[in-house]
Amino acid sequence: MTTLTAKTIQASETETPGTRIWRRFWAQPIALISVIVILFFAITAGGTAILSATGHHWPCDPNTTNLEQKLLPPSPQHWLGTDNLGRDVLSRMLHGAGISLTVGFIAVAVSLGIGLVVGAIAGYFGGLTDQILMRSVDALLCFPTFFLILTAVAILGPSMINIVVVIGLVSWTGTARLVRGEFLTLRETEYVKGARVLGQGHWSIITRHILPNAAAPILVTAVLGIPDAILTEAGLSFLGFGVQPPQATWGNIIAEGKSYLLDAWWLNLFPGLAILLAALSFYLAINALQEAAENRS
Amino acid sequence: MTSFIIRRLALSVVLLFIISIISFFIVTLTPGSPYPWGELNPKISPEVKATFRKKFHLDQPLPTQYAFIMRDLFTGNLRSIKDDRPVMSRILERLPATLSLNFTAILISLSFGTLLGVYAARYAGHWQDMASSFFAFLFIALPGFWISYIVAIVLVKNFGVPILGTQSYGIAFPNELAVILDRIWHLLLPASILALGGFAAQSRYLRATMIETTREGYIRTAHAKGLSEEVVLYKHALRNSIRPLIAGIGMLLPAMISGSVVIETIFAYPGMGRLGYEAVLERDYPTLVALNFVLAALILLGNLISDLLYAAVDPRVRLE
Repeated sequence: MTTLTAKTIQASETETPGTRIWRRFWAQPIALISVIVILFFAITAGGTAILSATGHHWPCDPNTTNLEQKLLPPSPQHWLGTDNLGRDVLSRMLHGAGISLTVGFIAVAVSLGIGLVVGAIAGYFGGLTDQILMRSVDALLCFPTFFLILTAVAILGPSMINIVVVIGLVSWTGTARLVRGEFLTLRETEYVKGARVLGQGHWSIITRHILPNAAAPILVTAVLGIPDAILTEAGLSFLGFGVQPPQATWGNIIAEGKSYLLDAWWLNLFPGLAILLAALSFYLAINALQEAAENRS
Repeated sequence: MTSFIIRRLALSVVLLFIISIISFFIVTLTPGSPYPWGELNPKISPEVKATFRKKFHLDQPLPTQYAFIMRDLFTGNLRSIKDDRPVMSRILERLPATLSLNFTAILISLSFGTLLGVYAARYAGHWQDMASSFFAFLFIALPGFWISYIVAIVLVKNFGVPILGTQSYGIAFPNELAVILDRIWHLLLPASILALGGFAAQSRYLRATMIETTREGYIRTAHAKGLSEEVVLYKHALRNSIRPLIAGIGMLLPAMISGSVVIETIFAYPGMGRLGYEAVLERDYPTLVALNFVLAALILLGNLISDLLYAAVDPRVRLE
């Protein structure tokens, strides 16, 4: 008993909060599996992109049609079958993985950028600025997000850039609220007051003193946007407003296969499973991270 | 209480004003016109095009257009570009279907979410908890359109049951009860699929609050009194973890309406989500502006109701 207590105390003394979260994150089997799945998608997507940039394709060119081989079930030649134009579903899904991940990451970068700026200004300066910015956030939170995104993308014209920007522009409200909350609290701390007394400028106080102390919770919330964006893009693709064919995305393989639903189940099943698996892995990994960061043993 | 409601309503007016500006400019500030194929059609004479633009005030500067649209929206004169019917009546005829679908979905989310949340909190840290959080995230990550198709195929292929629309056509029902049951069946399937994500999110939220509550002293006292686990959980702990349930009403509504765009399209359900999708396809600007506005107003109302309910059930909350 005594040795155990001594050990625990020693461990908590030598460990920094960062390494403690890191250790507790990897101690969860589900975190490990999720990260492996995410890495698998990232590596296959990256590999496919590099291969096709050099003019090679594995297993096939995603856009080569072959009407003699249309709607073939999974076989050794076509592991995941072929679609209504005889295109290899596996090749198309490999290219779709890149689209999904890119949309997820860039949309989050856009929303994190806007959320940081708006939240920091509102939380740091407070007063009327805060009121105006936060009422706008409240107003934006009242919209059914997916419908707003659909409207904007449909009118702007569906393309990769438009989709990413619109998703980012609509989904920054959660981050902004969190950033504002953190800034409101940290603004009153002794070290920020000290920095102000020393005559440091707003920019330096925000970036050097407040932001580093608020970074962890902000990043975790922002990262939650990745699976959300992946699911949103899949939904848009399904409705015909995603990245446009012939560029393959997981959503538009399902959308194109819906006319052959009763005969060609593989057109529905595999891309759907890919969307599910990618989104699920992100959610589980982030949840594991949040649990690791929680302040109890 | 009264002053709270009055101040909330005043704030709602401010929010609705911002909402109307956002929903107007998201449609008009973007490139493209409401009738791009008409503008390019050489067979349509310039006079007809000019009349069209004049009729929908498209020849005016944007602030004037905004004023016209808002005036017409509130006087009920706003007409759809698609079929020239008043936009408000197009929206209102979809309202009953939308409300019943979303209400059912929220009811399913809250009730099943509560059960799963309490279950997960009861076994916090054990495998039952891990399994239920895994399934919760699985449901959140399920693409609604994909699972709809899978469920639809299984039902139609194996059981031959009709699932589209709000009722079955071409069947002579023996009595009123059968008609009502048929309607309930057509409502239940899309509502359950719509509820999947909300149900899972609700269970996660409730689990966290329940775990906080079960650390309180009075829970230990209840256990010490020898009360059964069920009584302690459902009567003592759940009552004091009611916050996420009430907040859920306000939080779930935007997600439900977002999801219903896809679900209503698949199940041919005549609600506002499908109207929105049709309006997007037709580039029906007045309907899009009005629909975004009405949906946002509905969500605002849902938030207000959830705040009032919150104060009604929790005596610690003072509305000021």
